[in-house]
Amino acid sequence: MREVAIIGVGETKFGELWERSFRDLGIEAGFKAMEDAGIAGDDIDAMFVGNMSADRLIDQEHIAPLIADYSGFGERNLPSVRVEAANASGGIALSQAYMSVASGVHDVVVVGGAEKMMDVGEESAAEILASTADQEWEAVFGATLGSLYAMMARRHMNDFGTTKEQLASVAVKNHLNGSMNPDAQFQRAIKIEMALNAPMVADPLGVFDCAPLSDGAAAVILCPWEDAKKYTDSPVKILSCGQAGDYMALHDRPSLTRMDATIEASKKAYKYAGIGPNDVQLAEVHDAFSISEIMAIEDLGFFEKGKGGKATEDGETSLNSKISINTSGGLKAKGNPMGATGVGQAVEMTLQLRGEAGDRQVKDAEKGLIHNVGGTGSTCIVHILGRGF
Amino acid sequence: MEVARFWRENQSRYNMQGKKCGACDIVYFPPRDLCPKCRRESIGKMEKIKLSGKGVVISYTEVHDGLPAFSMQVPYTMAIIELEEGPRITGQIVDVEPGEIKIGTEVESVFRKLGQEGECGVIHYGYKFIPKP
Repeated sequence: MREVAIIGVGETKFGELWERSFRDLGIEAGFKAMEDAGIAGDDIDAMFVGNMSADRLIDQEHIAPLIADYSGFGERNLPSVRVEAANASGGIALSQAYMSVASGVHDVVVVGGAEKMMDVGEESAAEILASTADQEWEAVFGATLGSLYAMMARRHMNDFGTTKEQLASVAVKNHLNGSMNPDAQFQRAIKIEMALNAPMVADPLGVFDCAPLSDGAAAVILCPWEDAKKYTDSPVKILSCGQAGDYMALHDRPSLTRMDATIEASKKAYKYAGIGPNDVQLAEVHDAFSISEIMAIEDLGFFEKGKGGKATEDGETSLNSKISINTSGGLKAKGNPMGATGVGQAVEMTLQLRGEAGDRQVKDAEKGLIHNVGGTGSTCIVHILGRGF
Repeated sequence: MEVARFWRENQSRYNMQGKKCGACDIVYFPPRDLCPKCRRESIGKMEKIKLSGKGVVISYTEVHDGLPAFSMQVPYTMAIIELEEGPRITGQIVDVEPGEIKIGTEVESVFRKLGQEGECGVIHYGYKFIPKP
């Protein structure tokens, strides 16, 4: 296995991007990453694209060669692969690309993630999101994705005394972080009352407990660590990746208040990197819902099970506190363009480790973890990145 | 959607038919051909079993932002129910007032309409739950 570096990153703004098409977004992110790496098209060996549902969102199958073609690779006959793992599509695209470079099959690889969600109505989007859980035994009976996370939240509140204020404090923190991120969908800080008084989605989760629907794309460029200095003075190293799965339907899992896929994926990632949860200064975790962030910071080992809500309320996950969680604004404020989300996490972590995150910079960021989840937790992928220079 | 997609699940959705592993006696719903605990041991030993439909609420939510097929019913209550034979199942709880359902509420299944394909399409039926009378 070769060590692997991230040598370039780029992303579009996340949000309701009515004037931009799917291919516009994918290409913008890819170009920015290539510019950032100072690399030319002739250097690229392959492309991996995370995308959840272009087939249902924009009626387009086979999107990997589409993005490759419009990125100018049509003449080059570049191999490209679409990776689908629901909301973890981007994270899994990154891990597949990482393995392809680590193994020696490819040298320089583009990892993209792109999703265009605004071309369908909210109702269609809700159906598509619900189908990332078990369509035949959850969604068909009326379960939305939000309702399944709401049942996790209800149980977490029942078992550990987690409060609605604690859930709301996730949104308050992430909106504050998002206010310092020029790519974020929401760049305004909110007061806790705004979150607490918001309309219900599936109780106890209200509008501010749920990440928005978003358009957006992100890209990173990987190469073997030994070649990284050829391209950049500030390469970031992928220290490890760990993936785990679980039962497809939430009701088949032994617990509603933890995600075993997160626990197992992070155990692998910590082991391969030779570190523990106390060795990372920051993390981008999958806050598709407020309860997902609270469960994630427990399952990743940052806080004891049941204490995640209290820790967030007490500011222990705020910027430059005990551990800085979702400095980008997270899925809640930066936005959640499904297939782009996991790649966007890698963009944020790379900027942080290079010291280029502006007002939201974490001091002395040496190592960071990124955590991406598909469905209600049937896929989880964790990467640990480190400052390489 | 083709009708076959719905009728092939009817034994389970109409009659709550699950499977029991002949090796470890764990009951599964919906039916599985392989027991996740015994795996190879269970091959050829997964037997059909009809479930009682009785169970208790493990967690629940009142859905305000529902799926399009259920938009006439909002807010509606979804729950994860642990059936007395062991498996957990996701279903709607009907004939209840807001606040009536709690974790631990005993429920039983009823046969109800789940939805239909457009204005004059096929109607789908299956289980929902009501509080134990």
